[in-house]
Amino acid sequence: MSAALAPSRRAPPRLAPGAIRSHHPRMERALFIWAPLTFFMVFLVGPFYWMLITALKPDSELYDGSKSPLYVATPSLDHFLYLFQKTDFVTWVGNTMLVATLSTAIALIMGVPAGYALARLRFRGSELVGTAIFVTYLVPTTLLFIPMVEVMATIGMDDNIWALVIVYPTFLVPFVTWLMSGYFRTIPTELEECARIDGLTRLGAMWRIALPLARPGILSAGIFSFTLSWNEFIYALTLVTASSERTIPVGVLVQLTRADFYFWGPLMAGALLGSVPVALVYSFFVDQYASGLTAGAVKG
Amino acid sequence: MNSSASTGAPARSTRAVRRSFVTDIIDSERALGYLLVAPVVLLLLALVAYPFFVAVGYALTDRTLADSGVFIGLENFELLWENQIYRQTLRNTFIFTVGSVTLRLVLGVGLALLLNESFRFRRAVRAAILLPWIVPTVLGTMAWLWMFNPNFSVLNYILVQTGLMTHGFNWLTNPDLALFSVLLVNAWRGVPFMAITVLAGLQAIPQDLYDASSIDGAGKFQRFRYVTLPLVMPVLLTALVLSIIWTFSDFGIVYGLTKGGPMNATHVLATLSYQTGLASGNIGEGAAISLTMLPVLLVLIIWQLRRIRRSTTM
Repeated sequence: MSAALAPSRRAPPRLAPGAIRSHHPRMERALFIWAPLTFFMVFLVGPFYWMLITALKPDSELYDGSKSPLYVATPSLDHFLYLFQKTDFVTWVGNTMLVATLSTAIALIMGVPAGYALARLRFRGSELVGTAIFVTYLVPTTLLFIPMVEVMATIGMDDNIWALVIVYPTFLVPFVTWLMSGYFRTIPTELEECARIDGLTRLGAMWRIALPLARPGILSAGIFSFTLSWNEFIYALTLVTASSERTIPVGVLVQLTRADFYFWGPLMAGALLGSVPVALVYSFFVDQYASGLTAGAVKG
Repeated sequence: MNSSASTGAPARSTRAVRRSFVTDIIDSERALGYLLVAPVVLLLLALVAYPFFVAVGYALTDRTLADSGVFIGLENFELLWENQIYRQTLRNTFIFTVGSVTLRLVLGVGLALLLNESFRFRRAVRAAILLPWIVPTVLGTMAWLWMFNPNFSVLNYILVQTGLMTHGFNWLTNPDLALFSVLLVNAWRGVPFMAITVLAGLQAIPQDLYDASSIDGAGKFQRFRYVTLPLVMPVLLTALVLSIIWTFSDFGIVYGLTKGGPMNATHVLATLSYQTGLASGNIGEGAAISLTMLPVLLVLIIWQLRRIRRSTTM
């Protein structure tokens, strides 16, 4: 699409007399497109390259100042083996998977119908509820982690992975509700009205007509929720402390850095492996992700 | 669905005659509305509103991990105001937020304009640049921690090898530089969000507007100033408000890189409240510190709410 639009966008400068830059289109592109692009790629993606080659370097090469750090001479999987054999990494992966999947499910089960109600149904207080949900979405988790630790302790959920399954919906549900109410507003109401004339109840119209139509929106909400739970840090750090209950971000950070000693190879290997699942999830749905991000942002 | 179609007419008439209690609820706009929203409202009351009031309660006591404490009114807040570390933290948070958001804005908008051009591998580049935003913040931060390492910093290696410097920087150990380093990493994570959001705003602008303005004789700069900028502004402002809130309340990046050090040079409100409230066990004081984020957050949230109201009534 953009390729088709491009010529017309570039046409005016060529017509304009005295436009100096059109004399050197190649240099202009190198200067205004490729040079800044290179900068952005190095700045944004460079750290991941560094992560990858560090994870693959044996210690002998990693801490040898005489060798260039920019590439791997003798790649090895030692750090990955260390991660699997000497740390609880596998447990952390399982925990993170469990928490992310369950809290995403809870967020969708609660948030999608609520989003539908806010978009479609008129009832007293709906505007207040909508505002409250939006405000909660904007309130950062760092405001509430201290009382949350105590609240979880009083209901006997301290140092237990299930605490995270209970707490993550507090930021996922407002987000899903808000995203989905925006999404439902973009779906025409006619089909649901027809279905009601044909004898479906309001709940039936939502279940059989609106939800299937909203599938792309639900998918983005699910991807967002999953990545948000996978990435969450402060609750995972403060609500659970036993290594067997940790998630990947906390486990990697706490277990592989002790006081002043850092296990750089395993640390980078863990960071890499911990990033792969979310990167994969998102690479399958990259367009969905971008449009969902935008729908959310544009709806404001 | 087929069965309801075949038995359509008679089923409808019986349903009209004998509406059960359940049908009343699931078919009444009001009742169904309450039913669908209730779980969310209950969740937010129990696990957002209640903890919030618990936090306010704690902030008014001298509670510690070992002792439930007594009511001391606003003493925590008064003490904080006189506390040098808290004041420095406020200053750090302000510099951190303004600096990072400025970088996010400048680089993000620049990248968005770039991605709006057509070039080879555009899709691949667009996917790749999102990585810092997708990957767990703390794990991405670990790569930076390693790049900032005093002995093996690849950044210093490059700076020295290219002859730009003789020694390289003490990225995280020099108190003056450390705040900039954590701010840079925070911006690194936020640039993709800004870029992708603004890009979507750019692509939503109809090409006709550019064509029309070109016919009217507008140059490249004028088209940017009078077409692109006003139309992208709503999206840009939303991305900006979110970025400010997220940066202002950030915890993971600072905790992952410096834990607030060296000599509190990089403490922001969230890390100081963790340090004071949980690590040192002064729960009352820690809760008070995190609550001092509230005024700034409220201003941003209310501003954003009013913007949305305006855009939906239009």
